[in-house]
Amino acid sequence: MRQAGVLSQLQDAGRFGHHGIGLTNGGPIDAVAMTLVNRLLDNPAGACCIESSFGGLELEANTSTVLAFGGGDIPLSINGVEQSPWRSYRVHPGDRIKLGFAQQFCRGYLAVAGGFQVEPEFDSQSTVIRECVGGTHGDKLGTGEILPCLASQQPLQQLRDSDLPRYSNEIVVRVIPGYQCAHFSKLEQRRFFSSTFEVSDRADRMGYRLTGPTIRCDIEGILSEGICHAAIQVPADGQPIVLMNDRQTIGGYPKIGSALSLDLHRLGQLTPGATVRFEKIDLQRAHNLLHLHRASLATVQTEFIDD
Amino acid sequence: MQIEVAGENALIAYLGEGQSPAVSARVQALADLLPGLLGASLIDQVPSYASLLILFDPLQTDQFAVRAALRRAETQLADRHTGSGKLVELPVYYSTESGPDLKQLATDAGLSTEAVIEIHQSTEYRVYAIGFAPGFAYLGEVDSRIATPRLATPRQRVPKGAVAIADAQTAVYPAVSPGGWNLIGLCPTPMFQPENKPHMPVQVGDRVRFKAIDRATYIELGGEL
Repeated sequence: MRQAGVLSQLQDAGRFGHHGIGLTNGGPIDAVAMTLVNRLLDNPAGACCIESSFGGLELEANTSTVLAFGGGDIPLSINGVEQSPWRSYRVHPGDRIKLGFAQQFCRGYLAVAGGFQVEPEFDSQSTVIRECVGGTHGDKLGTGEILPCLASQQPLQQLRDSDLPRYSNEIVVRVIPGYQCAHFSKLEQRRFFSSTFEVSDRADRMGYRLTGPTIRCDIEGILSEGICHAAIQVPADGQPIVLMNDRQTIGGYPKIGSALSLDLHRLGQLTPGATVRFEKIDLQRAHNLLHLHRASLATVQTEFIDD
Repeated sequence: MQIEVAGENALIAYLGEGQSPAVSARVQALADLLPGLLGASLIDQVPSYASLLILFDPLQTDQFAVRAALRRAETQLADRHTGSGKLVELPVYYSTESGPDLKQLATDAGLSTEAVIEIHQSTEYRVYAIGFAPGFAYLGEVDSRIATPRLATPRQRVPKGAVAIADAQTAVYPAVSPGGWNLIGLCPTPMFQPENKPHMPVQVGDRVRFKAIDRATYIELGGEL
C-alpha cells in the first residue's frame, strides 16, 4: 500500500453466524460489483477484495499477478496510464496501481487472482472497524502495509457492457413492510412511500441517514430487538436510516420495514445530495426477485481479451 | 407467539412483552430448537429480551417453511423450559475513581454511594441479550431504587471494563467505545476475547452477580486505571 486512500478495507462476502456474541456482518456494500470483479478473475463471488470508499489509494505490485477493478465512478490508472474498469490486467513487480477519487458513486472493488490472502477472523476476512475485527488487523488498510496475494498468469477477461451495473443519483429502493410498520399510520406510510428523500452527510457503512419529510411513528422506542441488514429505522426525529453492513445487531428504534438487498448496492454507492424514493413490495415478490437476480448473475459471461 | 416479517430473509418472533426471566427463557428455548428444525437454511439468530430475529437463506427456503418451523418449535417450548443458565460472578471495583457517575447517581437516588454499591451487587441479573458491540451483554433487572436514565450527552470514550447502568439495565463495556450509560465501577474480567474460546464469560440466559473488590484486588486481577 503506497497510499491508503480515504477508506480502504478488505472485505469478503461477510461474517455470518456470530450475531450471538454481538458481531455484525460487514461485507461489501456493493455485493454486485464485488461479484462481477471476482468473476473477471475466476474467483469465488466472495473472494477477499479491497473495498475502496471514495478512492485515493495507490498500490505497488510485489509479484506478477492479475487484478481487476470495478464499481462506482472511481478512475483507475496503472503506471500513470488511465485504464477502464470492469476488466482484468496483468501487473508485475514495481507496477503502480492507482485509484483516483470518486465523483458521485463512491465504492470500488479491487480484486486479485485468488483473493487477498489474510487469515479469517470469526470465519470471515471482512473488516468491521467498529468491532476491531477482520482485515489485516481489525482496521482499515494503512500506508505501508503489505497485502499477501498469489502469483498468476491467468488469461485476461472483460465484462460485456450490458452486464455492467448501472448507477444513478436518483434511485428507487424497494421496501418490504415489516417490524413495527403497524405503528406507522396509513398517512405516515403514504408519506414515506410517496416522498423523495436525500442522502445526508451522515451516510456510512453502518447506515444511510436520509433527510426528507418527517415520518411519525406512534411509539418512540421499543424493547431492544434484533436488527436485520437493510432494516429502515425511524428515530424520534422522523428521518429514516437504512441500516447497512456494519450496523449494530440490536437496537430500540421503531422500524417501518426493510429494503430489498438488491437495491442496497445502488444506495450504498450514493454520496450526500443524491435522492431516494421508496416503493412497497411484499415478501413473495422480494423472493422472486432474489431468485431472478441469482439466475441472471449466473448467466453473466466474461469475454477473453488478447494480451 | 407473534410472528412478523422483518426483511427479505428475516422473520421476528415475539414471545411476550417486557423484561422478564420467563419470556427470556422462552426466547432462549426457541433459539435452541430452531437450528435442528431449519438446518442449513438458518443463517443466524439474534435473541433479545422478548424477541428472536431469525435470518434464513431465501434461496433455500421461504417464510412459510420458517413460520411452520416456528409453530412446531412453539409446541415444544413448555417442555424445554430450562430456566436459567450458569451463574457467573464478576468482580467490580466500585468507587468514584473508577465510576465517574457513581456520586451523581447516588445523589439523584437519595442514597449513599455505599448503598448504591450494595444494591447493585445484591441483585442476581440475567443476560437478556448480547449486542451493541461484540461481547456487550445486556443484564437486567436493576433495582428500581438505582435505575437511572442514560446521560443527556453520551461520552465519547467509555473505558474497557466500565460497569454501567441505563434505566433497569446494567452492563460491562467489553472495549473502549462511546456510550451514554452511567458508570459506577470497573470490572477486570475480559468480556470479549477474540483469540480465546469461549469468547465471552457469559451467554444469553446466564445469571450474573457482581462482587465488590478493592483497588488493589482490581489491579491484581489485571484491571487498569
